[in-house]
Amino acid sequence: MTRPPGALTRNDTVTRINHWITALCFILLAISGLSMFHPFLYWMSGLFGSGQWARAAHPWIGIVLFISFSGLIIQFWRDNLWNRDDVAWMKAIDRVLANDEEDIPEVGRFNAGQKFVFWSMALLIPVLLITGLVMWEVYFGTATSIPTQRAALLIHSMAAIAAIIIWIVHVYAAIWVRGSMRAMTQGYVTPGWAWRHHRKWFRSLVATGSNGPRPNVTTRETRE
Amino acid sequence: MTNYQSQNYIRISATTITPPAARNREAEMSKLIDVTRCIGCKACQAACMEWNNLRNPVGTFHGTLQNPMDLDPETWTLMRFTEWENDKGDLEWLIRKDGCMHCEDPGCLKACPAPGAIVQYENGIVDFISENCIGCGYCVKGCPFDIPRISQVDHKSYKCTLCSDRVAVNLEPACVKACPTGAILFGTKKNMTDWAGERIEDLKSRGFENAGLYDPPGVGGTHVMYVLHHANTPTIYAGLPENPTISPTVEFWKGLIKPAALIGVAAAAIAGFMHWVVAGPNEVQPEDEEAAERLIEAKAATTRPPPDTGGRPQRTEPVEPPV
Repeated sequence: MTRPPGALTRNDTVTRINHWITALCFILLAISGLSMFHPFLYWMSGLFGSGQWARAAHPWIGIVLFISFSGLIIQFWRDNLWNRDDVAWMKAIDRVLANDEEDIPEVGRFNAGQKFVFWSMALLIPVLLITGLVMWEVYFGTATSIPTQRAALLIHSMAAIAAIIIWIVHVYAAIWVRGSMRAMTQGYVTPGWAWRHHRKWFRSLVATGSNGPRPNVTTRETRE
Repeated sequence: MTNYQSQNYIRISATTITPPAARNREAEMSKLIDVTRCIGCKACQAACMEWNNLRNPVGTFHGTLQNPMDLDPETWTLMRFTEWENDKGDLEWLIRKDGCMHCEDPGCLKACPAPGAIVQYENGIVDFISENCIGCGYCVKGCPFDIPRISQVDHKSYKCTLCSDRVAVNLEPACVKACPTGAILFGTKKNMTDWAGERIEDLKSRGFENAGLYDPPGVGGTHVMYVLHHANTPTIYAGLPENPTISPTVEFWKGLIKPAALIGVAAAAIAGFMHWVVAGPNEVQPEDEEAAERLIEAKAATTRPPPDTGGRPQRTEPVEPPV
């Protein structure tokens, strides 16, 4: 891949492949799920061949998504831990939305908005998996009581809608903050991008001579 | 069943438009099952299999006349036998013909996500149109009576059709035709209610003071009604629900959540677009690249390059970030 000199790795190859498997699954799940949610959207089941196919494919895609998303959790959870600066960032969200990122706390690898997306999905996806298994007619149709299945249906629907809304926020943020999309397609960002949006992360990379995605670990051996 | 369109639909699952309504509404029909006249011969069960071509594989004996033990995709009606001791200590053998109640307000139809997979005809019959069924099982969750069963062979949902194909050509349902004691009757809902009234009066005069008609108002009434000797305690008849209604969970899911969710999703997309129009993209400026460059250079300047790394010094330095 051709990269401009000085480019920083934002997401390495494994992360990007993992992300896009998850993304494809999410889109397919949203299409098939929404087709079974509202009559207006039933036509979307045609993208799977028929309503029967959409119904049959949906849970299997969900399993793949869960496994794939677990990979993302493993790769991202450390950099998404909440800290005090995130509260200040959230309080200054109006400035962020106005594209004015000066004078707000410097941001590490992920900002508070990204952390919100991450933890929301990390909560919603297991909920969707568990409630989805309860209502998976083919294998678990009689495994639980009907009142349990009713509750699972309601929770599944509401969690799915929440996930779709958060996904819209996620996609829009990637379009809005120019250069973010390339960070997940080709994997790199320019130093100026890192300085503008994730200055604390950038400083740590420079300080340890890393070109991303994580700062090099400085040990006694490397220091000497 | 399949769709012969000889009856008008008044409700169609997962459909937001009004079904064709030009033709006059015909009389509501109803089946009346007089539990007090049932002898448990299971002729109705056999007639149902016969007419609908259902051939459930031979099962196993469980020490009861009830066979099979539950409804299934190939058992659309089932005699449920209950041995019940009344307050005098006498045994009463309660035999209830279980099957779809054909609710006026059908929970299955409300829950169904597949357009036209569940329909309600003008005469009140609730029917599953198999070619539109996607096998999701939502009807099972919607039903207050636990009636629909999903086939593991074809992933379609099945239940009693009230012989909609027979009724459409002015025949009575197969179970009604087969009943030897007149315990199952079929006619207009009004005639059946009137007849049930006479029966209940007779039962009361013979000591069954709690005799009554089971036509639960919680689901808008049903198009299959029971005459019960103990109408005050329907649950003793193999768990016939006392006051069945569509579950509030299902009502909430299919009522408020459905439109609210679409509005929420649309609002999120519109909000994003409006932000783009108002604030626009957040682009890296040349000053950002310059500032980044200055930081990298400052870092390089503070670094003593060790002789063996040929001028790529950063890796060997302590973590202190230069400001």
